[in-house]
Amino acid sequence: MSKSTSLIAKLNAINEYEREPIPQSKLKGWKKFIGTYAGEHTAGTEFVLGPLFVAHGATAVDLVSGLLIGNILAVLSWAFFTGRIAVKTRLTLYFQLEKIAGSKFTLIYNLVNAGLFCFLAGAMIAVSATAVGIPFNLEMPTLTDILPNSLGWVLTVFAIGTITTIVAMFGFEQVSKFANIAAPWMIMVFIAAAVGVLPRLGINSISDFWPVAKETIWSGVPLEGQSKFTFWHIMFFAWFCNMAMHIGMADMSILRYAKKWTAGFSTASGVFLGHYIAWIASGILYSLFLLESNNSLTFAPGPIAYEAAGIAGAICVVIAGWTTANPTLYRAGLAIQSINPNWKTWKVTLFVGLFTTIAACFPALVMRLLEFVALYGLILMPLGAVIFIDVYYMERWGLKSNYALHSGKKLNPAVAFTWILTLAFCLALNLFAGIEIFFLGLPGWFVAVIAYLLFSKLLQKPITSIPQSKNPLVEKALN
Amino acid sequence: MKNLLVVLSIVGLLFTIIPPFLVFSAVIEPATSKNLMLAGTVIWFTSAPFWLNKKSENDYPQ
Repeated sequence: MSKSTSLIAKLNAINEYEREPIPQSKLKGWKKFIGTYAGEHTAGTEFVLGPLFVAHGATAVDLVSGLLIGNILAVLSWAFFTGRIAVKTRLTLYFQLEKIAGSKFTLIYNLVNAGLFCFLAGAMIAVSATAVGIPFNLEMPTLTDILPNSLGWVLTVFAIGTITTIVAMFGFEQVSKFANIAAPWMIMVFIAAAVGVLPRLGINSISDFWPVAKETIWSGVPLEGQSKFTFWHIMFFAWFCNMAMHIGMADMSILRYAKKWTAGFSTASGVFLGHYIAWIASGILYSLFLLESNNSLTFAPGPIAYEAAGIAGAICVVIAGWTTANPTLYRAGLAIQSINPNWKTWKVTLFVGLFTTIAACFPALVMRLLEFVALYGLILMPLGAVIFIDVYYMERWGLKSNYALHSGKKLNPAVAFTWILTLAFCLALNLFAGIEIFFLGLPGWFVAVIAYLLFSKLLQKPITSIPQSKNPLVEKALN
Repeated sequence: MKNLLVVLSIVGLLFTIIPPFLVFSAVIEPATSKNLMLAGTVIWFTSAPFWLNKKSENDYPQ
């Protein structure tokens, strides 16, 4: 067998159990998830989000307390929502949703979902590119850039995108291995880089830290043109920045491999290292950059990390981008593949990788990351609420769970109306009540829950038995 | 052999994290710290992959 034939055979043999429960023999212990989540959330986004708290004028007290409470709420959401349901169903979000909402609805949802995943992965590829471009003296993007600013930028992004796609093509196991290896070293670099620059901020002893943190690093004064962040902004952002993954249930794809639902608590490794220590560390680095560059508009995590930690810092930015982009691409691949299960995982991932790489060429993806992350969670959240209610409460209310599966419908209108109504409600709150996007997830979740129950009560019809031959979902689901 | 690799990996992490603290304590210069961190990075990535993901085949899907 030739090398190329052997490679394709190997790729074809990868079975990610997209449309069947994970077998008992393939379940993983909580340690596996600690590595995966630590790698995923100590990531390229941290080099962008940490500095944004500085730019938005967060105070040191609000930052420390807001992140603490927000991160605890996020971990609880992962364990009690995603972990419990993932272990109960052992299915991906996509297949579970298909059973509830029908194949036509899932098609639309998957396209939206895959698109959002691609944009997030694209932002991370762009972050990596800012580091790879250092030796080539690449012109770095600024906070106001939307379009690619040079051919060199495009070529660098394509080089990173190609490597990221190839790794993702080999599936979850390869992604997990890569994250496991890189995670301990990455968090060391985050901490080290920040500690190494403290003297340049005027911190020469531990007792100097808090006064400088309050007066210089997180001074409470937003940069020109940026809104002011309070404790509530920080807490809700920390809780909801991964809303699509926990309350939105996207991480069913990962946690369905868990032996116990308590593996959801393993996400604490990611959020407290990545969304606490790493955000604080990257905020310190950005604050120094602003101080020494006289508030330059250039926004490039690579050079900032290189300036603080040398080549190790630049490598960290590259790898941090990869460990976010890889699982995100994997999820996007799953989303697209569920449209047609006959498509090979690796071919789908290859297509998704190309689309993502093209998106990554646009720096606006990085510069508006804060808003994008919030929007991304908000759009996917209502379907997480639908799954939560369907798995736990439908039967108690005298309604049928997995309605599309049992009715043979290709589109469950109750789910479609719930999604539309919830997002319309959130949009109205934003437009007419002036509520910022970071706060819309909480009221939106309750609206989604109530709407789904009411629409189901109104629209569900008595189920007549569907012959298994007419419903391809039944056979798999009942196994 | 595995123990040696684990020790090497720990040394790599220490080379990554300790130098900046020495900069903070004004013991070494930032340039020296950056070189030591690079050395730590090389040590980590040339030793950790040989033991960090080595589990029995029954544990994970292959």
